[in-house]
Amino acid sequence: MNGQKNKDPLGRGLGLSSYAYAMLSVAGVLCFFLIWQLLVQFGIVSGRYLAKPTEIISLFLYKLVNANPDGSTIPESIFASLQVSLVGFFLAILIGIPTGLLMGWYKGFRQFVSPVFEILRPIPPISWIPLTLLWLGIGIRAKAFIIFFAAFIPCVINSSAGIRQTNQTLIHVAKTCGASNFKIFIKVGIPSSLPIMFAGIRVALGNAWATLVAAEMLAADSGLGYMILMGRNFARADIVILGMVLIGVLGMVFTSTLSFIEHRIIKWRI
Amino acid sequence: MTEDNREAKVQVRHLTKCFGKLHVLDDISFDIKKGEFVCVVGPTGCGKTTFLNLLTKIYEPTSGELRIDGELADPKKHNLAFVFQEPSAYPWLTVEENLRFGLKIKRLPKKTIEERVEKIIRLLGLEKFRNSYPSDLSASTEQRVIIGRAFAMEPDLLLMDEPYAQMDIKLRFYLEDEVLRLWREIGTTVVFITHNIEEAVYLSEKVLILSNKPTTIKEELKNTLPYPRDITSRDFIDLRTHITDQIKWW
Repeated sequence: MNGQKNKDPLGRGLGLSSYAYAMLSVAGVLCFFLIWQLLVQFGIVSGRYLAKPTEIISLFLYKLVNANPDGSTIPESIFASLQVSLVGFFLAILIGIPTGLLMGWYKGFRQFVSPVFEILRPIPPISWIPLTLLWLGIGIRAKAFIIFFAAFIPCVINSSAGIRQTNQTLIHVAKTCGASNFKIFIKVGIPSSLPIMFAGIRVALGNAWATLVAAEMLAADSGLGYMILMGRNFARADIVILGMVLIGVLGMVFTSTLSFIEHRIIKWRI
Repeated sequence: MTEDNREAKVQVRHLTKCFGKLHVLDDISFDIKKGEFVCVVGPTGCGKTTFLNLLTKIYEPTSGELRIDGELADPKKHNLAFVFQEPSAYPWLTVEENLRFGLKIKRLPKKTIEERVEKIIRLLGLEKFRNSYPSDLSASTEQRVIIGRAFAMEPDLLLMDEPYAQMDIKLRFYLEDEVLRLWREIGTTVVFITHNIEEAVYLSEKVLILSNKPTTIKEELKNTLPYPRDITSRDFIDLRTHITDQIKWW
């Protein structure tokens, strides 16, 4: 980490080093947990409704190797959730992005697909749960399908919007070089749609992760959402909170990983 | 004055373009010789850009034809290059990749591509920018890359649509000299559209003066002033004044 001072041209901020700013973020998290701990410690909030952070940490360490009381250890729950969400998410990328790109570039394809897509688009992903249970049971395929649906829509919308915003001049440059429409689609359309496409993938990731919990709460026998549901059944606020914290932390890890990949791929952006 | 014996490279015959009821270009015919530098000037809104878009086949003409070396112009067959008014470097490609872009589309041999790219990089002094992205470059360097990309194609016909319209005067002078240098080194046939009459007189071997819509060629003017041109010389000023009088619509 470089220790250089960040000089804001408008004179905003404290002008601290990047290390100091990073420490401020850490301090923010610690403050949050400290206030939480003190609220429960001094009985301002009842321990029945809210477990202390220290208790959550103890439970986390315990459940790393113990399956009680919900039937799965934390690594097992995380693995089950990851499996479901990543299958759904990657399928959505694999199918949604090419669909969106083709819709954006080829008017005929757009006219053909749009009406069906526009009908499917407003249907909330969780409303597919009853049908999915009927069709696919409660296994990984059913949950992955629900997640796929949640992630598919933003992938299509953003890649379509991204490629439609391709700068006309850049298309003309390729055209005057003698490129065919398909070549322009590949060489100009797709690269220029990448920033908006990635914004869609980011939304898709958020949707996938958020829907995972709903899917697992309604139709599952393992996973983090299932763990939360069990916590509710056992009236164990600590299990519910641990499940929530794990979902939050994993979501953050996903987002950071995606940002890293995005920066590697779109390194040309200012 | 020596006689110009160069063969005709581009032949435009009865070029007409209408957009619905709007008659933009009306029966335009002219020849461009091989390696000639032609500037096109005309009043604002006379259809200069439409004229250029027809030459690159971005638009199809309503009637008339454009022939290059006697054959109907076709971007897939002929080697055309275009420098647009707006910045048009591909932002996701480095300087070197931008220079290579058109050559790869044309599927030239790898060795030829490398030779041409290196030549342009050397001619334009872009060595230290070869791995930079356009967003890292100044406006003038980006424009040099775009011009370099066009010249790297060694095109049959290079079309430039007011490429320096958004530059300040200092950069314009600098880039005008750059384009002349590249034109002389590579021997490309250039059609350069500008609203700046001084620029047209400074660069051109021939000036096409367009009329108001529906546009025709008002005058085809030979410019035999010796290079490098002195913008303060009497001949230069006389020519500039003559062209200015010709495009006056008020």
